[in-house]
Amino acid sequence: MASPSPTHALEVHQLTKHYADVVALDAVSFKVSAGIVCGLLGGNGAGKTTTIALLLGLLTPSAGEIRILGHDIKRDRYAALSRMNFSSPYVDLPQRLTVAQNLRVYARLYGVKDIRDRLGVLGEELDISRFMTRRYGSLSAGQKTRVALAKALLNEPELLLLDEPTASLDPDSADRIRVYLKHYQQRTSATVLLASHNMPEVERICDDVIMLRSGRVVDRGTPQSLIARYGRQNMEQVFLDIARRAERRTAAQGRSTA
Amino acid sequence: MNALPFAFSWYRIGAMVLRYVYVLRSSWPRIIELAYWPTVQMILWGFITQFFVTTSTWLAQASGALLAAVLLWDVLFRGQLGVSVVFFEELYSRNLGHLFASPLRPYELIFALLTISFIRTVIGVGAAACLAIPFYHYSIFSLGLPLLAFFMNLLVLGWSIGLVICALVLRYGLGAESFAWAAIFAVAPVSGIYYPITVLPEWLQSVAYLLPSSHVFEGMRAVLFEQTFRLDLFLHAVVLNMAYLALGIATFLYAFRTARRRGLLLSMGE
Repeated sequence: MASPSPTHALEVHQLTKHYADVVALDAVSFKVSAGIVCGLLGGNGAGKTTTIALLLGLLTPSAGEIRILGHDIKRDRYAALSRMNFSSPYVDLPQRLTVAQNLRVYARLYGVKDIRDRLGVLGEELDISRFMTRRYGSLSAGQKTRVALAKALLNEPELLLLDEPTASLDPDSADRIRVYLKHYQQRTSATVLLASHNMPEVERICDDVIMLRSGRVVDRGTPQSLIARYGRQNMEQVFLDIARRAERRTAAQGRSTA
Repeated sequence: MNALPFAFSWYRIGAMVLRYVYVLRSSWPRIIELAYWPTVQMILWGFITQFFVTTSTWLAQASGALLAAVLLWDVLFRGQLGVSVVFFEELYSRNLGHLFASPLRPYELIFALLTISFIRTVIGVGAAACLAIPFYHYSIFSLGLPLLAFFMNLLVLGWSIGLVICALVLRYGLGAESFAWAAIFAVAPVSGIYYPITVLPEWLQSVAYLLPSSHVFEGMRAVLFEQTFRLDLFLHAVVLNMAYLALGIATFLYAFRTARRRGLLLSMGE
């Protein structure tokens, strides 16, 4: 069966997730065009990690639909999973295995053909060749981040989900990763969904941005259009504007109730 | 690429077995630990046998009965630990999110766990069984083909219990991991490992025959004392094991679905 090649890599419709009476995601709908880097922004608890977990199928939605690369993940989840990958600081790799062993295991799970070649290429590109034989648990936080990224790129995913990909990297390493990700996205025409708190990073590499707050999409646009719309200098100010506007609204509601 | 809901890939199962072999190989104390307890048990029961064989006419008829029993009991125990403890590795390393966001199916993971359990049990109990030959001049291999039937039946029961323990841990977190070390001992008194089932009170005998292990140990005594392989006991054990294994797999898959619904796959191990 030929794989569908949709215009949108990702389509989310009325996606809802609640745990008992806590609503983590409230009827969220958005589409992400194929071949772009899309930022998923929001404060802590806004619903970014929940959204990513739902897209990966690690969580089942309470309601709503998800289509990834044309596959309805309720019916066809595994077909989508083999064409995507992810990296997140909330999920680790086995500490006792060496870097090469970890990557070999995941390469097999994703059905990578020339594993040795692929590991060689990723080792070079992400500068992890020299610690391939070291145990993953013995690496620094920055080295682990690069290895996790290598794992996420093993199957040359068409959709790459990245949760805080440069969170624990020094500025030099973080910059190299951003350049590499942009280069990878342009070379492969992959779609990247990037959850980040690093606003300069978002401004630099994202073509589109979805702003989440309290489990809802509150705004959407290119970084430049959002900056212009809010009359701000940069994305950091836009982010603060959106977050604090919510705080002010909550405080005002509190006063009027009192 | 196979997009069927029940696609099954030996390649992915092989990847997971390789992952567990890497863990095993990475630490020589782990390999020694596999054989350590079965060997200690074998040595202890070997001395007990040497003492009782001079005072018990029952044991004098088949002096290997206690040693065979302790080695087969360890097949059940190691078989269960081989599933549950290996699964805990994924929780300790907070790796479940990566595994289940890959094309790996939960039932492929189960198959990999059963495979590595088989390997670990053969290493652990095999070493103790081989050491019993020079230590006590007793070879469990003298049971012949019935040994294979006993081994597989006990291993499968160990797998079923192991999968239920994994399900409990998936549902209740690592707080439930102590079940991995304790659960099997609830089965021990009614399995008739060292004594015939007829020793038990009548009502408990009915319970005992619901366990494949009691049929196996009765069958073992039939081979040792009467030189007869009891096909009826074997078939009872097989049928019960099929039911228990299906129950074990279903419980694991149900716990997995619940974990996905409650968001436990990402928080496990924390």
